[in-house]
Amino acid sequence: MIKTDAIVIGAGPVGLFVVHQLGIIGLKAEVIDNLDKIGGQCIELYPDKPIYDIPAIPECTGEGLTNSLLEQIKPFKPNFHLNERVQSVSKNENNWKVTTSKKKTFISPNVIIAGGVGSFEPRKFLIKGIEKFENNSLFYSVKDKNYFKNKKICIFGGGDSALDWAIELSKISEVTLVHRRNEFRGAEHSAEIARKLEKEGKLKIKTPFQINSIDGEKTISSITIKSEEGKIEKIPTDCVLGFFGLIMKLGPIAEWGLNLEKKTIPVNTENFQTNKKGIFAIGDICSYPGKLKLILSGFHEGALAARACFKIAKPNETYRFEYTTTSKSMQERLGVKKSD
Amino acid sequence: MPKITYIEHNGKSHTLEVPKDLSVMEGAIQNNIAGIDADCGGACACATCHVYVDEKWFDKLVKKSDAEQDMLDMAFEPNKFSRLSCQITVTDELDGLVVKMPSKQA
Ligand SMILES: Cc1cc2nc3c(=O)[nH]c(=O)nc-3n(C[C@H](O)[C@H](O)[C@H](O)COP(=O)(O)OP(=O)(O)OC[C@H]3O[C@@H](n4cnc5c(N)ncnc54)[C@H](O)[C@@H]3O)c2cc1C
Ligand code: FES
Repeated sequence: MIKTDAIVIGAGPVGLFVVHQLGIIGLKAEVIDNLDKIGGQCIELYPDKPIYDIPAIPECTGEGLTNSLLEQIKPFKPNFHLNERVQSVSKNENNWKVTTSKKKTFISPNVIIAGGVGSFEPRKFLIKGIEKFENNSLFYSVKDKNYFKNKKICIFGGGDSALDWAIELSKISEVTLVHRRNEFRGAEHSAEIARKLEKEGKLKIKTPFQINSIDGEKTISSITIKSEEGKIEKIPTDCVLGFFGLIMKLGPIAEWGLNLEKKTIPVNTENFQTNKKGIFAIGDICSYPGKLKLILSGFHEGALAARACFKIAKPNETYRFEYTTTSKSMQERLGVKKSD
Repeated sequence: MPKITYIEHNGKSHTLEVPKDLSVMEGAIQNNIAGIDADCGGACACATCHVYVDEKWFDKLVKKSDAEQDMLDMAFEPNKFSRLSCQITVTDELDGLVVKMPSKQA
């Protein structure tokens, strides 16, 4: 069980900056994100694209912004818990107890939800009754490629992950790559390699085809795919891999007893508290009249929420407004104060 | 103001005046039309604003970009009349446009 001053759900830009705002006023934070990397939408959806409206930064990329934020919060040494979805938030005397999909528990008087549009999850096949195959013969990522050795595999998707894994796994297994269009989205170079492997008979490619059914008892034994004209083909298959990118799902956040309005959490703009004391919402996930889903708004929201957290985490101390330029204690926390 | 008709998957139809220069997605979101999620806010990054454009209208739209086509790959059950509604800008020429929503967005 981990105790801290504030639990931050979501490691997007807004979750990162609130760590800074908590840190300079002396509060420790633990950050949890379901993604395998830090940066939220900026890193998952547009790492290479430019952003032009971060105050005082004329231009940066999604990845650049993430790296700068990480640099800025380094002095506070926040712990990141990645690949973990926050499942539940429940009352525990005067604290909140947070548990994750990896069964970790956290205890804190403050929970800051910086969950964006929800947690990033793999897009799945939308076929009923195939959940039972998940993780035994149906996968949305590859953890250990040796699992697929000498098996018959069907890979779905047209992006880099689908192409790269089709190429890689074709060395050790019998792979069919299925995509709904003739063109692949992934790197041209990878598409060329895949086409070359196809000519050499080392990889089968089926385009434009879509999934029609996934069949089997306990594990998958075959699938059928459908062409645009409705022609159906059956393929004996041991394993199916789907690479359709990630989608944002509100998921468990909806089950924590918070007021919700169209997938967002209404807040009080004085301190960004939700309908529950000690639970705050900032960034894309919060809503209030005039809300703009911009990174800069999220930074402001975090600054106010952090001050409110102080009052809850340290009820016996007085909060004093200070500037980083002139505050000795803030500079000590930032590790920049020179000893006189 | 151009009129746009949004037809929900269950057949419920809404005809609205949507100001020029808004996207077809924004027209739906601002009027609380069910069936378009628009999780990424119109950045062509989520495919949850997917619609089927009425056959008669499909060729009248500005052609889709590669980025839109790539994103459409991720949409739920796209067909040849599929578009991302955040990538269609409302103009006077589109007065009368009809779009249908899929049974779900993701
Ligand atoms: C293509 C594109 C371009 C954009 N350009 C700009 C721009 O130029 N300027 C601008 O200001 N904004 C821009 N935005 C919007 C900006 O990216 C968002 O406003 C910003 O990312 C919101 O930050 P956030 O920290 O609130 O949430 P997010 O970045 O969405 O991060 C939320 C994180 O929370 C995690 N999470 C959610 N629920 C859970 C849970 N239960 N357990 C664990 N983790 C969870 C998610 O996995 C995610 O990583 C753009 C967006 C897109 C898609
Ligand atoms: S709103 Fe996300 S792709 Fe259109």
